[in-house]
Amino acid sequence: MSRRIAPGAVLWLLVGVVYFVTPLVATLIFSLRSDQTGKCCSLGSYGQVIDDPEFWQGLRLSFVLSLETIVLSLVLLVPTVYWVHLKLPRLRPVIGFLALIPFVVPPIVLVVGLLGFLKGTPDWFYARPYGFLVAAYVILAFPYVYFSLDSGFRAIDIHTLTEASQSLGATWRTTLFRVILPNIRVAALAGAFLTLAIVMGEFTIASLGAFDTFPIYIQYINETKAYQPAALTLLSFAITWGAMLALLLVGRGRSVPAGGAR
Amino acid sequence: MAYVELQELRREFGDVVALDGVSLSLEEGEFLSLLGPSGCGKTTALRLVAGFDRPDAGRIVVDGKDMTRVPPNRRDMGMVFQAYSLFPNMTAERNIGFGLKIRGVGGEKRSRKIAELLELVGLERAAKRYPHQLSGGMQQRVALARALAIEPRVLLLDEPLSALDAKVRVQLREEIRRIQTQLGITTIYVTHDQEEALSISDRVSVLSQGQIEQIGTPSEIYGAPSTPFVAEFVGTMNRLEATVLDGERGEIDHGGVRLTVDAARGRRHGERVLVLVRPELLELSTNGSGGENTLTGEVLTHTFLGPVTRLKVISPATELIADVSTARAEALPVGVRVVARVPSTGTRLLTLGSEEPSQDGR
Repeated sequence: MSRRIAPGAVLWLLVGVVYFVTPLVATLIFSLRSDQTGKCCSLGSYGQVIDDPEFWQGLRLSFVLSLETIVLSLVLLVPTVYWVHLKLPRLRPVIGFLALIPFVVPPIVLVVGLLGFLKGTPDWFYARPYGFLVAAYVILAFPYVYFSLDSGFRAIDIHTLTEASQSLGATWRTTLFRVILPNIRVAALAGAFLTLAIVMGEFTIASLGAFDTFPIYIQYINETKAYQPAALTLLSFAITWGAMLALLLVGRGRSVPAGGAR
Repeated sequence: MAYVELQELRREFGDVVALDGVSLSLEEGEFLSLLGPSGCGKTTALRLVAGFDRPDAGRIVVDGKDMTRVPPNRRDMGMVFQAYSLFPNMTAERNIGFGLKIRGVGGEKRSRKIAELLELVGLERAAKRYPHQLSGGMQQRVALARALAIEPRVLLLDEPLSALDAKVRVQLREEIRRIQTQLGITTIYVTHDQEEALSISDRVSVLSQGQIEQIGTPSEIYGAPSTPFVAEFVGTMNRLEATVLDGERGEIDHGGVRLTVDAARGRRHGERVLVLVRPELLELSTNGSGGENTLTGEVLTHTFLGPVTRLKVISPATELIADVSTARAEALPVGVRVVARVPSTGTRLLTLGSEEPSQDGR
């Protein structure tokens, strides 16, 4: 028996579609205009963006920064959150509060503070995006990675799993890598994806630090070109969606429900 | 010489004394249960033996070696937990093989061992299944196989059946005992279920408030409880408060009724005692208004327990519990006046206050 869909629901769905899709369609139509004639339809703007070496440089830099931030955040936070859940559960609210600070401190304040705080550090760190920017991005990503991991650790019985692993002869390292990590993989991936999204779109810190990341390139194109910014917008949209799809595929591939009985 | 020794173990959590000088020993291949209510310290004791926690005082010795400070991953003790503890990311066979892999047992040898253990716990067909594809009973079987895979010196079981339904619980406890006997592995089993402890153990240690109340064979614990706590906790017990009238003849006074129990022999005149009588030892009848060694009363309730029915009888001095065959119970309906005969032998006697047990009359 088929269920009848309420007219009200259809209306709200249409409103949602119009709200979210209209800007995308408008951007797409705009991006297809010819640079010379201003008329539809040409893929010229896309070609110009893709042919621009600075596009690839910015994209590559932001992507590498994202990966570096993800790795550093996970290396710092996975053992920390594991230990807090296992041995120091009373610290959880404290760390939860600390994790909220990057949400409430505006990036402009953060970067000004960091520029001053890290001024004395060596040039290879302070003047390079892979040093200074990553340090700032790890702070920015802290709440996203922490809360993702926290929910992942709460979903499994880490006390019992840890003790079971140890009783079978495993060291702390073996327990972390073979037992705990595989069971919080989806949570870690969620944190990683959010970090990727933040770093790929972060403008303020990169701009004040004078680093040419992808968002800086987008801003430059926006100020100097007519139709290319629209093409670039859709391309970055596609990149973001591609990353989200990759996460879904990886997460679904070997996802195993934790605990419980059939 | 004892194979496993717990020597004067003490463990405090803040103001709470979880274990207060617990000492016990196990022979090699023995199955010992730690039995007691929640918070009695039984799981704390097991966790100390496993190495997940350290005692504030005392020692744990296994095969003559002090293990008190040895980390859990170097103790060679297999453990089955109360909570489902299989690694969710591994199939049943990979769970079982985990400890072997860590010990560097590889290839054919590991596969053979896994197959043997799966057969031992009757789960040959579940080898490739993940924990979430197994029932609770199957998960605990795999957990047992996983603990046995490493051929541990001691097997520790922390209420492994408490999350399972009644029928599976009985089946699995019998299997645990069969496997333990077959492998001859020294086992410590923690439970709050007295029926479980009495049915599968060589010896039972009853704990209360961080101390051992009594250690003995299941029949000793059931038939000859040495403290009121054990008497109360293990099975059901009638408690008759009484005063010794004649220590030579074993006569006591219970609420104005003169009773003779062998256990009262040798007690001094006027001593306040507690007579403990199992419900199955009380004989109920409707004949006569009393007689020697009897208490009169009225049937208050019937509780059907299958082959026997438990009757609550209210007498002037106390409330009695008596188990009679279900067929016989039909002749003793609620409201009828009955006579309960207290056996002169088979009862236990404790001094009120000091709680010193007397010699059993049996």
